Amino acid sequence: MQKIGVFVCWCGSNIAATVDVKAVANALRSEPGVVFSTEYQYMCSENGQNLIKDTIRDYKLDGIVICSCSPRMHEATFRKTALAAGLNPYMVEIANIREQVSWIHKDMTEATDKAIVLGRAAIAKVKKNAPLTAGTSPVTKRALVIGGGIAGIQTALDVADAGYEVDIVEKSPTIGGRMAQLDKTFPTLDCAACILTPKMVEANQHENINLLTYSEVESVSGFVGSFKAKIRKKARFVDEVKCTGCGVCTEKCPSRKGLNEFNMGLNTRGAVYIPFAQAVPNKAVIDASNCIHFRTGKCGICEKNCSAGAIKFDQQDEIIERDYGAIVVATGFKPIDASAFDEYAYNQSKDVVTSLEFERLMNAAGPTKGTLLRPSDGEHPHEIVFIQCVGSRCSRDASKGKEYCSKICCMYTAKHAMLVREKYPDTKVHVFYIDVRTPGKNFDEFYRRAVEQYGVDYIKGMVGKVTVEGKKLRVQGSDLISNEQVHIDADMVVLATAIEPDPTARSIGTMLTASMDTNDFFTEAHPKLRPVESPTAGIFLSGVCQGPKDIPETVSQAGAAASKVIGLLSKNELVGNPCVAHANELLCNGCSQCERVCPYGAITYVEKEVRGPEFRGTKRVAVVNEAVCQGCGACTVTCPSTAMDLKGFSNNQIMAEVDAICR
Amino acid sequence: MAANVTTEDILRISGVNPRKCMKCGKCSGTCPAYDEMEYHPHQFVYMVERGQIDKLMQSKSIYRCLTCFACLERCPRNVEPAKLIEAVRLAVIRQQGMNHMTENDIPALLDDKLPQQAIVSAMRKYKK
Repeated sequence: MQKIGVFVCWCGSNIAATVDVKAVANALRSEPGVVFSTEYQYMCSENGQNLIKDTIRDYKLDGIVICSCSPRMHEATFRKTALAAGLNPYMVEIANIREQVSWIHKDMTEATDKAIVLGRAAIAKVKKNAPLTAGTSPVTKRALVIGGGIAGIQTALDVADAGYEVDIVEKSPTIGGRMAQLDKTFPTLDCAACILTPKMVEANQHENINLLTYSEVESVSGFVGSFKAKIRKKARFVDEVKCTGCGVCTEKCPSRKGLNEFNMGLNTRGAVYIPFAQAVPNKAVIDASNCIHFRTGKCGICEKNCSAGAIKFDQQDEIIERDYGAIVVATGFKPIDASAFDEYAYNQSKDVVTSLEFERLMNAAGPTKGTLLRPSDGEHPHEIVFIQCVGSRCSRDASKGKEYCSKICCMYTAKHAMLVREKYPDTKVHVFYIDVRTPGKNFDEFYRRAVEQYGVDYIKGMVGKVTVEGKKLRVQGSDLISNEQVHIDADMVVLATAIEPDPTARSIGTMLTASMDTNDFFTEAHPKLRPVESPTAGIFLSGVCQGPKDIPETVSQAGAAASKVIGLLSKNELVGNPCVAHANELLCNGCSQCERVCPYGAITYVEKEVRGPEFRGTKRVAVVNEAVCQGCGACTVTCPSTAMDLKGFSNNQIMAEVDAICR
Repeated sequence: MAANVTTEDILRISGVNPRKCMKCGKCSGTCPAYDEMEYHPHQFVYMVERGQIDKLMQSKSIYRCLTCFACLERCPRNVEPAKLIEAVRLAVIRQQGMNHMTENDIPALLDDKLPQQAIVSAMRKYKK
């Protein structure tokens, strides 16, 4: 007969206020096999754990049941406790009487009864548990960072500085991301390029960093410590080694139809182009869809003018396959499409712009060389209206906006308003706002400076509509403080558009089996305690791909993600999860159904000599790679001959639990 | 005029949940009849939530609303102020004992030019 110990936790008043813990301990004491049963205020405390350890030793227990919080909370704690007392950690079962009982029930009698039933089920299961030993798997000491914005660059630099190799895969021809497009940064007003470009150069020159720009991750297989990624390096049609970045080709190119992505399409560029002056790598790229040579077979002016002979019209995409121990997602964001907002006349007037477009209009490297001019006629605007929360905090429908607060808009709008007043004191600036949200160091002071020192007119209320009236934009909004409807004839309207995850995030999330929320932001392993890790082991999150954040927050999170990556890569091997699938070779009929459903590619089939009471000979059977199996159980429910079973969660164990509950 | 109409009555008639309102004022920013009104669309939502139904029922503002649905169309939180205003108008109509005429008065008023609908609404208004 096995000897089982039962430990009922009060969790302070969390459990004990709703569950009669003494009654539970008493009831479970009479279960067959139970030799000890007690209750204690905090089982997870040192005293609680010592009580468990001493009892295991004194009673020579074969298994223990802890009636406490969810196993997600403290299963690991109690497994370690068991191990310290010489008991196999997989001889521990948790009955969740907090999340599944005390927190959701009000009636003490009902709750106590349910706690007893769950305890009974755990006892039935632990009696069928077998000691398990976890296997180990090796760690490839190289990280992959997807996305080359400030988040990806910072994570890569931190990991590389710790001595590990990092590959940055960036889909556009240069690293730098959104931050490179910004003019000034709040709340210090230092220029974005001045603080970002040194980091871009450092990433390029770092001996441990390998930049793969104009490249995309095509597929990822494997698991934590041993990922295998296939990366497509798109053809630039320019030899990256030979190109000196002199820019002659970009000036000579006769095609001027390509919209300049760096300037948010506010002007055009040649078909061969370098995204911006400080691009890293500073190499040209040919946009084949706008290139006359690719469309007609003629032209070739860039080729004739390139003294380095770097133009390669016959260049092909290249597929690179590499192994990685960890993957960091740093895919960033884009502003939402403002054209859904008909009421703000974004489609009707060029002078209604998004904030990121406005950022380019204010930037010295932008289409107007830093002079603020109306896009429609190139005249100086004398009255500008900023509208906040365009598409943020919007619950009406997904096509129109996002339910969340985009977090950065209040601050960048204050920055824009302040910069306009600073550079052009004759310009009137109005900001329509719902709430001004400035939680950050020196943020509210910054916003107040815009109001008090720079005389920016903040109006509490929203704009209802913008109509084009000749050269003016008639803005109609409400002023909730004076309880009036206001009408302003503005020269420009700037929309603080919500931000959303980059459109590539969804496919990358699927590729990595990393979970996402309904807005396509990546979810954390724990929202408070594991904020930079994905629930999928070995996948880490950096920057806005996890949720809206500003530059200081992004950089802090990027560093945090890097420290998690370094922690992983510093290990020589990883201890796996022993709760994996295994096939009963005698029962396996070789149908391959488990192989097809396995999301991790952990199952293969082999011809094998099998000896049993009814069968002797060679047959085709399933074999599970225990290092790859994640224990999801898909194969066990698919198997038509019940040959597949999950260690620690076998059909036998589950049935014993069900029987105990139904007794 | 003690109507005894409660917030719950208005919410039931309109199917609107004023708690969804985040008080951004876009409804009032968009309203073409704003200057004609004593109470503006955002105040409607607030006053219904606060139970100030009597004040609304007595205000001319409810008849200044054009029912153009611009507020409903542009509200970022799907609050639908126009439906609340319509509900308050209905509450006025449904009051009892406020009749200015009976069915017996109708034959004398009938003529060819009077739209049928006017007769029907006259009957419907202030029903007993």
